Amino acid sequence: MTLALILLPLFAVIAILMGANPRAAARNATGMMLFAGLGLAALWALGTRTFLGVDFLVLSKPEIHLALNFFDGMSVIMMLLSVIVAYAAARTGDCEDRHAKLWNISLLLIAAGAVGAFLSTDLFFFYAFHELALIPTFLTIGILGRGDRKEIAWKVTIYLAFGSIILLAGLLWLIAASGTPDLSFESLLKCTVPVAAQRGIALFLLIGFGTLVSLFPFHSWAAPAYASAPAPISMLHAGVLKKFGLYGLLRLHPLVPIGMASWLELIIVLLLGNILWVGFVTINQKRLDSMLGNSSVMHMGYIFLAIAALIAAQSESANPIAKPAAILLMFGHGVTIAMLFGLADRIERLTGTLELRDLGGLAKQAPKLAFLFGLAAMASIGLPGLANFAGEVMVFIAGFKGWEPDTPPGWVQIATILSLWGLVISAVYMLRAFRHIFQGPTVEFTRNASDLSARDRSPAVLLAAVLLIVGLFPNILLQFLEQPEAVVAREQAHITQHPRPPQPAGSAPVQPHPSPSQ
Amino acid sequence: MEYLAWLLLLLPLLCAAAIQFGVKDSPAAAANLSVASVVGTFLIAVLLVFNSDFSSSFTWATAGTFTIQIGILGDQLAKGMMVVVTGVGMLVHIFSLGYMKDDEAKARYFGGLSIFMFSMTGIVLADNFIMMFIFWELVGFSSYLLIGHWFEKKSAAEAAKKAFLVNRIGDFGFMIGILMLWGILGQTFLFAEMEAPAKALPESQATIVGIAVLLIFCGAVGKSAQFPLHVWLPDAMEGPTPVSALIHAATMVAAGVYMLFRLQVAAGTSIFEGFAGTTIAWIGGITTLLAALMATQQDDIKRVLAYSTLSQLGYMVMAVGLAGEAGIEAGQAGMFHLYTHAWFKALLFLGSGAVIYACHHEQNMWKMGGLFRRMPKTTMTFAVGTLALMAAPPLSGFWSKELILAQALEHNPPLFWIGAGVAVLTPFYMMRLFVVAFLGKPRDHGAEKAKEVPPVMLVPLIILGVLAVVSAFSLIASSIVPDNDFHAHGFHPNMVFWISLGALLLGAGGGFLLYHGRSSDPLENNPLFKLFRNKFYLDELYLKLVGLFQDTVAMAVHFLDEFLINGMIVGGLARSTAGLGNIFRRLQSGNLQGYAILFGAGILLVIYLTVFAR
Repeated sequence: MTLALILLPLFAVIAILMGANPRAAARNATGMMLFAGLGLAALWALGTRTFLGVDFLVLSKPEIHLALNFFDGMSVIMMLLSVIVAYAAARTGDCEDRHAKLWNISLLLIAAGAVGAFLSTDLFFFYAFHELALIPTFLTIGILGRGDRKEIAWKVTIYLAFGSIILLAGLLWLIAASGTPDLSFESLLKCTVPVAAQRGIALFLLIGFGTLVSLFPFHSWAAPAYASAPAPISMLHAGVLKKFGLYGLLRLHPLVPIGMASWLELIIVLLLGNILWVGFVTINQKRLDSMLGNSSVMHMGYIFLAIAALIAAQSESANPIAKPAAILLMFGHGVTIAMLFGLADRIERLTGTLELRDLGGLAKQAPKLAFLFGLAAMASIGLPGLANFAGEVMVFIAGFKGWEPDTPPGWVQIATILSLWGLVISAVYMLRAFRHIFQGPTVEFTRNASDLSARDRSPAVLLAAVLLIVGLFPNILLQFLEQPEAVVAREQAHITQHPRPPQPAGSAPVQPHPSPSQ
Repeated sequence: MEYLAWLLLLLPLLCAAAIQFGVKDSPAAAANLSVASVVGTFLIAVLLVFNSDFSSSFTWATAGTFTIQIGILGDQLAKGMMVVVTGVGMLVHIFSLGYMKDDEAKARYFGGLSIFMFSMTGIVLADNFIMMFIFWELVGFSSYLLIGHWFEKKSAAEAAKKAFLVNRIGDFGFMIGILMLWGILGQTFLFAEMEAPAKALPESQATIVGIAVLLIFCGAVGKSAQFPLHVWLPDAMEGPTPVSALIHAATMVAAGVYMLFRLQVAAGTSIFEGFAGTTIAWIGGITTLLAALMATQQDDIKRVLAYSTLSQLGYMVMAVGLAGEAGIEAGQAGMFHLYTHAWFKALLFLGSGAVIYACHHEQNMWKMGGLFRRMPKTTMTFAVGTLALMAAPPLSGFWSKELILAQALEHNPPLFWIGAGVAVLTPFYMMRLFVVAFLGKPRDHGAEKAKEVPPVMLVPLIILGVLAVVSAFSLIASSIVPDNDFHAHGFHPNMVFWISLGALLLGAGGGFLLYHGRSSDPLENNPLFKLFRNKFYLDELYLKLVGLFQDTVAMAVHFLDEFLINGMIVGGLARSTAGLGNIFRRLQSGNLQGYAILFGAGILLVIYLTVFAR
């Protein structure tokens, strides 16, 4: 059944190639994806696990499966994020008719690739789906982008290809060092990676995944790319696809905990680079789109902070807050940044500019737009009641989880304290932008602007509703992350350094596995 | 009772939602809905005060064994505070019906007030620190909305932003403090679970506990506008005057004091012992003095009141800080002053609102004058509020200030003398305000044509006037302010009494003699008073600092980011790869699409081969 989530957009792509109306096809497909995604998540929440997945053997030596399933609650949440943002993205932006095909096909392929990556329970397709989604990202920037599109597309390609290749090397090394019988996460996570290899593998994974998430100092591609790309592509990439790297780190961290821990100080310096360094860069932006692009780079730092807390604790049971915090914040950030990019596109459409100093007083002309943008801006700076706050506050608590009052604060606590200053920084640039665009007297560019039409509002309204629901009741998402005993058992296996025998084939991956030692 | 308490919390939220999503286009309905909701919450609050304590909570966020609760702690402190919040809130809502009658965005205004009532209720009822922080941020947000109500005005938009940002700086410390205290007290956020671990703290952790308490205090420094983060409050007067009365005088700005006292009740005053309590008391003392000095030279009637609010908050913070030495009685004195101050300061702000309304939005007191003849009822209530603020016996302000001074004399004499000095300054600047604005002859057209305000505005003033007189008496006070033995019935004149009486006569007499019959400030050109008028140039200093540390650093970092990281380190790497790519590109079709597709296919091939060849 999970296969439907991939097939829907792919069928729509085929339909477009065969002459169907591109916009209608994309909207229908993403609509059905949203519907199917919510349904599958509900089934999963109700306890149905076995019949949701598909598993095709693609290659027998070595065993590679096209296996799509919810490996755990994290996959469910990332899938939900993908279908929600895809739905909104397909309903955002206006493209010229001659570009409609490329525009909508790219959008659908990115959505399919993202969902595929998050649902693959096999390392090969986990990687391959992400690559599939990157290609249309490059293409849309290069062909449909604004500004120096060729140069920016080239830069993005170089950076992300660099990240992908390092990542690939890391994954191959991981596969080799673990001695896994096949490439499924299930088998892989049961393996033990020798400590000697962990340090190297961890560095490759960090740089590889990190570049894809715009980890400092590999972040320079992100802001120009988002400013140049058509709005739906920015929404999908910043909101969803970029989370692939974080998802990958959270997924594979248990295999190399000691190696990751040896890079803790480096990770902390880099994540502070994201929050403080890029934070200051963001303050100095003069255009709304570059400001939003940089802010999304900055906010990746908070998710890395949660990952750092997890790394410092070395296991999920020692710091049970860190991983749910990271996932919740990934979700909140994805929805928020998609909403902001979508609304920035509308602002440009209504006024003809995104230069902050050319705007003003738009709230008077377009109160509904101001309300929605204000809500997204507040979500992005962590106002309680909206999804990001719940994630952020849990990240900070996770940061202090390992602190003993008798000892001076450790690396993670210092990083948490410094990261908290980021909340002031985000408030500075977001409120400044809101003040410049919406408040004060109206100016030349805004004097004749009209408010959003109901059709233009609909994607933002959906995203706003999601932010509110998750913000008010974060347990709606967190319930997916209730730890099955399998995780605990796996950690015990790691601690004792005894790899357990492989499970008989055919059992569902997320079913609790009774440990032989119990 | 729990259900009623949850209703108390949720009613304003539902009301705000109904206004935003339902009746936004019908201002009258929005106003009525909002007033109905606040009257409802006031009735519930009064009902709860006369019932037994209760608590109730649900799990808001779960992560493994860790949970965050949203819950209500209905003890005497919270229930009493709710009566103050909803009581002032109700009167301000009613007053607003008149004051904001013709406002273009009346629905948005009342929606904002309802959001504020929800947020403030959450702070008061919170049963743990995370929940308090949640609502703490939300009151900051509602304050941002309401200060920026007239957002087309540049100054209002800037003031709203400034308030939010300055509060964020305070909350930076607050959150660190909350997290540290969480670690210190055995990883609990719940107030109900703090006492035992706080009692068992080892001596070796005294320093770290003190630091944590001071960081928590940072939150109060922001929200209660204490030195050095006081700069947002006077600017916040850009908001509509009823908002100033409710949020920036009576309730929200007092939240910092409430929060500290809540912590003292929950964990005991022992964690305030030593440098933490002393620092807090001194910050309060410094604020009360500086603000009173600045108040002596303000010309805007609302700004005088704003600085006097700062000064009075300073008294409260001083009292709460003294609790480290003096025990819970000092904190209770602070809470008592919070309670009496809420009524008489709301009265003064609403009174100034009535005056501003009558003078057609003139706020400069030198352009008023002679208002006593034209609006005698408003003037009478304003006079009562002024006397209460001056701490004239036997009005409410007298009793509560007396207690704070008594605690200061016993435990920190230097702070007592600062407090006594402020007790001279307060009647001085209030007498200046009263004499200039209400007595003498009108000095401008607005004041000449001023008329008494309509009953919908006058009645709240009269009710508040009565409360400013009687609220300290035990008949009312003992059911609202935490039980103690210092209410008005048990009073004996002592040294503190004679000193503060002398201060009152000195300040009020001096103010009257100096300003009676004047049409401009005789102290205007005195260099010392110029310093006060310019707020010790602190705002200018901060602007410079922000310019230097934020904008210059941001510019420098942006430059380095572009040229160092993008241009050299990573860019160099990318260029060398690009050079390689260029060769490939020439070999290939040379266009971007072809490259991207080949690139993707190539990677898949590489994976396949590598895995296969293994």
